[in-house]
Amino acid sequence: MKYIDEYRNPQLARNLLDKIRQTTTRHWTIMEICGGQTHSILRNGIDQLLPDTIELVHGPGCPVCVTPLESIERALIIASRKDVIFTSFGDMLRVPGSSKDLFMIRSEGGDVRIVFSPLDALQIARDNPLKEVVFFAVGFETTAPANAMAVYQAAREGIRNFSVIVSQVMVPPAMRAILSSPDNLVQGFLAAGHVCAIMGYAEYEPVALDFHVPIVPTGFEPVDLLAGILKTVELLEEGRAEVVNRYGRVVSREGNLVAQETISKVFEVTDRQWRGIGLIPGSGLGLRDEFSQYDAEKKFNVTHICTAESPLCMSGSVLQGMLKPDGCPAFARECTPEHPLGATMVSSEGACAAYYNYHRNVYPL
Amino acid sequence: MTIAPVCPSPILQHETVQMAHGAGGRLSQTLMQRVFMPHLHNTFLDLLDDQAKLDMPAGRTAFTTDTYVVSPVFFPGGNIGELAVNGTVNDLAVGGAKPMYLSAGFVLEEGFSLVELETIVKSMAEAARHAGVMIVTGDTKVVGKGQCDKIFINTSGVGTVREGTTLSCRNLKPGDSIILSGTVGDHGMAIMTSREGLSFQSTIASDCAALNSMIAAVLDVVPAVHAMRDPTRGGVAATLNELAGSSSVGIEIDETAIPVKPDVRGACELLGIDPLNVANEGKLVLAVASDDAGKVVEVLRSFEPGRDAIIIGSVVDDHPGMVVMRTAFGSRRIIDLPLGEQLPRIC
Repeated sequence: MKYIDEYRNPQLARNLLDKIRQTTTRHWTIMEICGGQTHSILRNGIDQLLPDTIELVHGPGCPVCVTPLESIERALIIASRKDVIFTSFGDMLRVPGSSKDLFMIRSEGGDVRIVFSPLDALQIARDNPLKEVVFFAVGFETTAPANAMAVYQAAREGIRNFSVIVSQVMVPPAMRAILSSPDNLVQGFLAAGHVCAIMGYAEYEPVALDFHVPIVPTGFEPVDLLAGILKTVELLEEGRAEVVNRYGRVVSREGNLVAQETISKVFEVTDRQWRGIGLIPGSGLGLRDEFSQYDAEKKFNVTHICTAESPLCMSGSVLQGMLKPDGCPAFARECTPEHPLGATMVSSEGACAAYYNYHRNVYPL
Repeated sequence: MTIAPVCPSPILQHETVQMAHGAGGRLSQTLMQRVFMPHLHNTFLDLLDDQAKLDMPAGRTAFTTDTYVVSPVFFPGGNIGELAVNGTVNDLAVGGAKPMYLSAGFVLEEGFSLVELETIVKSMAEAARHAGVMIVTGDTKVVGKGQCDKIFINTSGVGTVREGTTLSCRNLKPGDSIILSGTVGDHGMAIMTSREGLSFQSTIASDCAALNSMIAAVLDVVPAVHAMRDPTRGGVAATLNELAGSSSVGIEIDETAIPVKPDVRGACELLGIDPLNVANEGKLVLAVASDDAGKVVEVLRSFEPGRDAIIIGSVVDDHPGMVVMRTAFGSRRIIDLPLGEQLPRIC
């Protein structure tokens, strides 16, 4: 298959692995930001093929994992209402709130639907003028343009029965938070390719300078990931704290300007809670005042939200690269995909889910 | 204005299913005579008794049941009717039985198109003829609008078990070869890509097919096949896990050997779904002694549903109960049981 097979070519992968081995002289800890990269690494066993001196730790780039529990509780309450059609990316349905998930709401009679795009949710609103249609707008910069576009179009067409629960987050402030932590282990980053496709990589240059770390925008296929790792190792070995793009077929320095413009028309930068991590200043996007009538939080005014995280769940440490999933005492014991304690165990981008699915019961591989 | 008096005579010609079609009265009879009997009639059904009286050959009888609720009911490559016949035929055949007689129970939603119902019944009759089985008893119920999704079909089936067959999911032995009869994920992706809300065009067709003659041919050549399953819901991943678990052995498969059609692979890539977890309706997974593997593959390939048959791996002593895949890069990963509904990823 074009644009896929060449990036899964075993010979190209072996060549890159050889170069990584030749280039590495000491131990390096590299974080891949995006959960999609984590899953590709585990799925293809790239961690098994790297020299022992290269340690990959897994980053916070899993949108449903970092969506605050309070937003999920609010979603569950709104989705239970008889007058609401609740729409969401499929990944969100299994994420546990304090006591339920959206699947359970659906089984109790809630109208919860999976959509592939927020614009599909808007179409449902057009088709069901007597219902309130709510979309769960979660994600990083990747989902922000389409989410913004749905709100923008709703406003332009005067559609009033559509609203969004916004839990929109951004990568650079999270990287700064990780690097500022006294417990930080990360020496270099594979930046998330799809986020950079939207935002470009110029905004990572100050992060690289301020914290003296190399940052390499990287794709998701095995050959992409190995090329990103090789470049990061080269920069680390040479002591260069630079941003070097290794996802050239998708990412440019300035990014997608039309998408960025759409985001800033509808959203503004806000502080944002990250599940398991806490408040990161300036790390989120919220609806601008002129779009506040599309804010489901305001429209439904849900108060008295009680949240209770499992005391056993260590997903916050996992999301910051301080703990590997199988280092958590609850991993594959109290916490499984059937009975998840945290979102990282159920999301298709969650690191705990990747370890559980591909590497559980590790035996000599 | 005058209103002309209209005589409320009963309407017997409907275009859609009415509650009365399931009430046992005149409309029920009309449905039988106009929709079901013209296609399904045979010496058993023609008697219109409440039961079929069967003469079963000596030996063991296999008995199975399955219920079909697929949505949409018409999909590229088939419809719910032929799926209901082929599925039950295959469930009998993978146990080494010769499928003989089927029952068919219908739950119809009020308002369902009678033309579509007839198309479904007709393709059930064709599928039964093709598989060499008879539908010998049946039942129809109608439920109110919204109480089921157009049409649900239950089929049960009986067949005679071949003598000397030892097929069992507990029969896998280290050293066995694992054979897959063709490409994975065709049925599930045909359904998924034809559902509303997924507006991409594809030419993916379901692999829905009766496999009993192919299975009989395999067992004629190699009677000692250790295990055989049709990897339907949960896909090949679920089937391999069941086999490994039941036999307390490990299974190793080779990523590069798994046949996947390019358009199925493309749709799976787009949706973030592993083809190994996607349902099939015309495929087999077999475990056979490695000495027999070549012969089995050869027989499978002589049938249309088995033309892409290939050895995908082997049974091992290590990691009992677990399925491990060797990737194209030489690393290894677990192939797990899928948890439940396949959920498309966010980005």
